[in-house]
Amino acid sequence: MALLFDSFKEWHQYCEEQKQPLFEPVLTYEIEQKGRNREQIWEGMQKAYQVMKDAVRTGLEEDMISRSGMVNNGAKKVYKAKTVLSPEFQKLVARALAAKEVNSCMGRIVAAPTAGASGILPGILTTIQEIHELPDQTILEGLLVAAGIALIIEQNASLAGAVGGCQAETGSAAAMGSGAVVYCLGGSIEEVFAAVAITIQCMLGLVCDPVAGLVEVPCIVRNASGAAIAYSSAQIALAGVNPVIPVDECVMALGEIGQSMESRYKETALGGLAATLTGQAISKKVLIQDIDILPDEEENRNL
Amino acid sequence: MSSRSSIFDMIGPVMIGPSSSHTAGVVRIARVARRILGQQPDEATITFYNSFARTYEGHGSDRAVVAGLLDFKTDDTRIKTAFDHAREANLVYSFKSVGNASTLHPNTVKLNLTAGGRKVEIVGESRGGGLINIAQVNGFRADFSAQLHTLIITAEDIKGSIAFIADVVAHDDCNIATMNVSRKGKHDLACQFIETDSGIRPLTLEYLRSLRWVNEVIYIPDIDL
Repeated sequence: MALLFDSFKEWHQYCEEQKQPLFEPVLTYEIEQKGRNREQIWEGMQKAYQVMKDAVRTGLEEDMISRSGMVNNGAKKVYKAKTVLSPEFQKLVARALAAKEVNSCMGRIVAAPTAGASGILPGILTTIQEIHELPDQTILEGLLVAAGIALIIEQNASLAGAVGGCQAETGSAAAMGSGAVVYCLGGSIEEVFAAVAITIQCMLGLVCDPVAGLVEVPCIVRNASGAAIAYSSAQIALAGVNPVIPVDECVMALGEIGQSMESRYKETALGGLAATLTGQAISKKVLIQDIDILPDEEENRNL
Repeated sequence: MSSRSSIFDMIGPVMIGPSSSHTAGVVRIARVARRILGQQPDEATITFYNSFARTYEGHGSDRAVVAGLLDFKTDDTRIKTAFDHAREANLVYSFKSVGNASTLHPNTVKLNLTAGGRKVEIVGESRGGGLINIAQVNGFRADFSAQLHTLIITAEDIKGSIAFIADVVAHDDCNIATMNVSRKGKHDLACQFIETDSGIRPLTLEYLRSLRWVNEVIYIPDIDL
């Protein structure tokens, strides 16, 4: 019986007992649950990674201006600007922004795990591959590990902003990326899961408050910060620092906070940044105002 | 098969941004509508309801719906420039917004399409993550996802028709996943919406079409193919 990705604890035990690397039971899961074969899975992961790389390139090369005007070539500006910390950090931030800007400007992306968080894994993975000169195969194994992490979070909390707030989207993406980084650098299972735990601890509580309901502000900058937090967490975890609260309990906390979050903080654009004076003014400008409002009784009949 | 997610829902789908419900879902609804019409429409009137009514432009759902009518897939980079492609394809379209249809799903879109003399009306719901539900077809309650293989049969409302069709489908070694039947009135036209786990043979479709009491058979394999 294949592992069903209900908890990190079971995943850990399974890999130790079977003497398998972390990605192996993810492959088995997809084969048994969805009837795919190994070749199809590796091909699919390769395709996804290619789309991620293309999105980063597109965001850094092509004009990225959204219809609302809120996105205006931010990634390219960051790439060329004065270096604040290190050239690598600058590239990481620019790449995460780039892929997410492509998403906001109707380009092709991988929803990993969601469209709103689609800049985080591309930024993280292209940068770790470049810095450590990793082969594609290692990155694809990291993607499978990331998929396993997402399966468990989906099962025990949520991946959707409308259900769990931004912590569920960018928080999950950052946790997936952080675990993948530690895996790709040869970290132990404990260290991979510690990276997931620490990342979730850093992202807890983040609300989903998109200005005008569009996937632009603050989603795009949160893709950059999510990527940065994934790296700080990976650094801490790979050093063997104990996250204290076990990863499965961190996921439970993510779910609990998501459940008790008020609906105005869950993608409805009624709270937080969306409800600020400027947020409301932008909303008035970009949202369609010319809407028919039906008299009550006609609502049904009109269809 | 269980309802557990695929790893390609976690690392994927590959899609055109910005939002799975506003772009991918809307493309799929429009692709279904085109299949039901049977060809590219000459004219389309598209009505966005509720949450969609205000946000469709900012999220690019207007381009997504036109792209779907042109039969573009959810990861086609031409979605962004769908309006230009519509002009080339002589597809005329217009948009309407209705803000308060409280009995409808928050993200609902209605498509009224014409091609030659043929007219169809489809009401679709975008339910998140790119998943859709086709709620109505030509006034019949439908409720299918278009993720499996869908058979839409319009026939006279006569005794035994459901059992007969189910039997024919079973002979094709097809398992029926969901089935909805609705009718205009007693002994009037009835419409059956059948979702099957595997594909139906062209020969079987021809047989169903040849039946005296069957008016129309529409077959829509997996909408992403």
